[in-house]
Amino acid sequence: MSLLEVAGLRIAAGARDIVRDLSFSVAEGETLALVGESGSGKSATARAVIGLLPPGLRHAGGRIALAGQDLSALPPATLRALRGPGMGMVFQEPMTSLNPAQRIGAQMAEGLALHTTLDAAARKRACIAMLERVGITDPERRLLAYPHEFSGGMRQRIMLASVMLLRPRLLIADEPTTALDTLTQAEVLALMKELAREQGSSILLITHDLGLVSRHADRALVMQSGQAVEEGPAAPLLAAPRHAYTRALVAALPRRGPARVIPPAPPLIEARSLSVAYPGRGGWFRRAAPMPAVQSVSLSIHPGEVVALVGGSGSGKTTLGRAMLRLLPASGGSLLFGGQDVTARSGPALLDFRLACQIVFQDPYSSLDPRMRVRDIVAEPLRLPAGMAPADRLARAEAMLAEVGLAGLGDRFPHALSGGQRQRVAIARALVRNPAFVVADEAVSALDATVRQQVIALLRDQQRKRGFACLFVTHDLGVVEEIADRVVVMQHGRIVEEGPRDQVLDAPAHDYTRALLAASVRLQG
Amino acid sequence: MALYVLKRLLAAIPTLLLVAASVFFLMRLIPGDPALLILGDAATPESVADLRAAMGLDRSLPVQFGLWLSQVAAGDLGLSITSGEAVGPLILDRFGVTAAIVLAAVAIAALVAVPAGMLAAWRQGSWGDIAAVSLATLLLSIPSFWLGLILLLVFGLKLGWVPVVGYVTFAEDAWAALGYIALPVATLALVEIGVLIRMARASTIEVLRLDYIAHARAKGVPEHRVLLRHAFPNAFAPTLTLLGLVLGNLLGGIAVIETVFTLPGLGRLLVEAIFARDYPVIQGVMLFIALVYVGVNLVVDLLYPVFDPRVAAS
Repeated sequence: MSLLEVAGLRIAAGARDIVRDLSFSVAEGETLALVGESGSGKSATARAVIGLLPPGLRHAGGRIALAGQDLSALPPATLRALRGPGMGMVFQEPMTSLNPAQRIGAQMAEGLALHTTLDAAARKRACIAMLERVGITDPERRLLAYPHEFSGGMRQRIMLASVMLLRPRLLIADEPTTALDTLTQAEVLALMKELAREQGSSILLITHDLGLVSRHADRALVMQSGQAVEEGPAAPLLAAPRHAYTRALVAALPRRGPARVIPPAPPLIEARSLSVAYPGRGGWFRRAAPMPAVQSVSLSIHPGEVVALVGGSGSGKTTLGRAMLRLLPASGGSLLFGGQDVTARSGPALLDFRLACQIVFQDPYSSLDPRMRVRDIVAEPLRLPAGMAPADRLARAEAMLAEVGLAGLGDRFPHALSGGQRQRVAIARALVRNPAFVVADEAVSALDATVRQQVIALLRDQQRKRGFACLFVTHDLGVVEEIADRVVVMQHGRIVEEGPRDQVLDAPAHDYTRALLAASVRLQG
Repeated sequence: MALYVLKRLLAAIPTLLLVAASVFFLMRLIPGDPALLILGDAATPESVADLRAAMGLDRSLPVQFGLWLSQVAAGDLGLSITSGEAVGPLILDRFGVTAAIVLAAVAIAALVAVPAGMLAAWRQGSWGDIAAVSLATLLLSIPSFWLGLILLLVFGLKLGWVPVVGYVTFAEDAWAALGYIALPVATLALVEIGVLIRMARASTIEVLRLDYIAHARAKGVPEHRVLLRHAFPNAFAPTLTLLGLVLGNLLGGIAVIETVFTLPGLGRLLVEAIFARDYPVIQGVMLFIALVYVGVNLVVDLLYPVFDPRVAAS
């Protein structure tokens, strides 16, 4: 018999249905992946199963049964008794899914106190054993720590420990690793599968990442706009998708483009032994020891070349990207642009450098001024140097918008655009002055697979057409396959490997690169 | 911890100096001569000049300021020009009245408004929530002097439950004192309840949306525990900051309420001193108010890590 049985599920937001007539089941010990992009209703489905729909969403019909028990018919107290030991949930965002005001020991023990008869000492022993199991060192002392004292990956392990402590029969994992970097992602997922296998738990895995599905799921259910479009065993489904939407998702997986030959030329921008340090925490009478983020890195980028800067969180890649635009001050070394030292430039000379360089940020929600119209956002970089008539600026902005596929949307405000459209605006803003050098800082990481595919294609086409040099900062090796000519791998603030794309991806020389490659999930089978 | 408190108090010294200087010089920019005011109709140019010399007002301003500062540094706030009383004890005496009312009112307001605001947020959009928000808006919109007068009219004059004019200290007669401060406390508490309900509700709504609340529920934690153990500490932190600002403001004197209820509080002392150009009293009170403000905010900052461990004091 199936552990979880969902039949004819309908979830409504006001008068609109966001999930319609959805039926699926999860067998004992099975992992079912609910796959889909933002707005497909997969997260709402997960929340509906555990009975925790966010305000505004309503379970409007259909049956959800756990081990034959209809959940919607249960009184709240009985349902609460099921939450925890019956079904547990791991959330996406490790930064907000643990209570910041409570020690992690108290948070872990809370479930045990509610659902078991263990005394305080036994609860503590169980927590320590579980923390040890998920790889937290010195668990006894760490029980007294607060969530903010842990990294994102650690928090997600603690979250997992807290949920698995109750040995849930069904584990609902809602994009459990989306917020983590590639290496951590692989570790946390492997751990989750291991624990589930040990305890015989079934997993309902919510994800947009087909790579994860192929590696970790037994079966997959593809959702589009609130409906199931295709369901079946994971490997055959991905190998031979039948539905058009599944095919589009599979087609959006990164594919390696042909290698290009970049004509030899002197470097456009060059970091020489560049170091960046953040001010450390000091006291009143004690000078702060600076925290090095980038340590004596040398990197040159040639005109027209796309360099991918790869590394995990905390590797210093974003810091280096910003330092190469002088958005962060260097604490050592020098920066050359067009052969001239710009490390200490100021005033009009610095302005020249600034005008030749642009950046596209990761998060299109916070990188656009919500009070400006899209057309004005794109026209703004043209204000300097002064002299261009406002009408000309706007005309050029409109032309740029048309080029990125947003013709006729110049009147909109950013909030009236989708995430992908916003990122197109950000790209238009960066390219409108024809920069010589663009830093793209995780520019597609926040986007859905099919949208990401389109934005990468846009960036690549624009790069080929305009010929700017580009430093693409990313933790996603898929992006590297698509767009990079050369790959630079960073770890602990230093470059550990560097070379042409195909060489680095196919014959990685450094252990860290190999680990990154092994952890980056692709379709298997 | 002790070191942190010491550092904070030392850091307050420049603030206090700035307050002292601006009060001292601003007061002397206001037209009006204390000597002339004291002597009244009987003033002759000679008697005014004599009195000014006796009060030290004939010296240059920087010299007066320096003399006053060295006096303050030695712990002496001087004597009131009008009554001849020592300013320090006078302030403490009057502050006792204000503090009793403000602390009682803010405590009551917090005890009523924080749970009410949290419950309203928990059942956002329900009738209870709408009622709480409407009440808060109503209370916020009523001027405190009008509310005070109406309460006086109803409970003092019509019903005769409490005395209308006067004040006795708790030391003299605790029961009677309670009667005298009941209405001012109620007035002040009602106004502050309006502010605090809105704050508590808004921050609870923020917190209830977060994943760790869903996580707690997904563990099977009952709702009362979700609110008490998971939502409250996180939602209360911003309210605590607001409480500190409110307390600091009110402890510096609630002149309007003290005037309505004829209470000998700090606010009225200041207002009377300003009218009488009683420089030592004005300067002393202002300095004291600044000190109270610094103190209250220090206490808030020390309490804050209890609710939000991310902000450690040291």
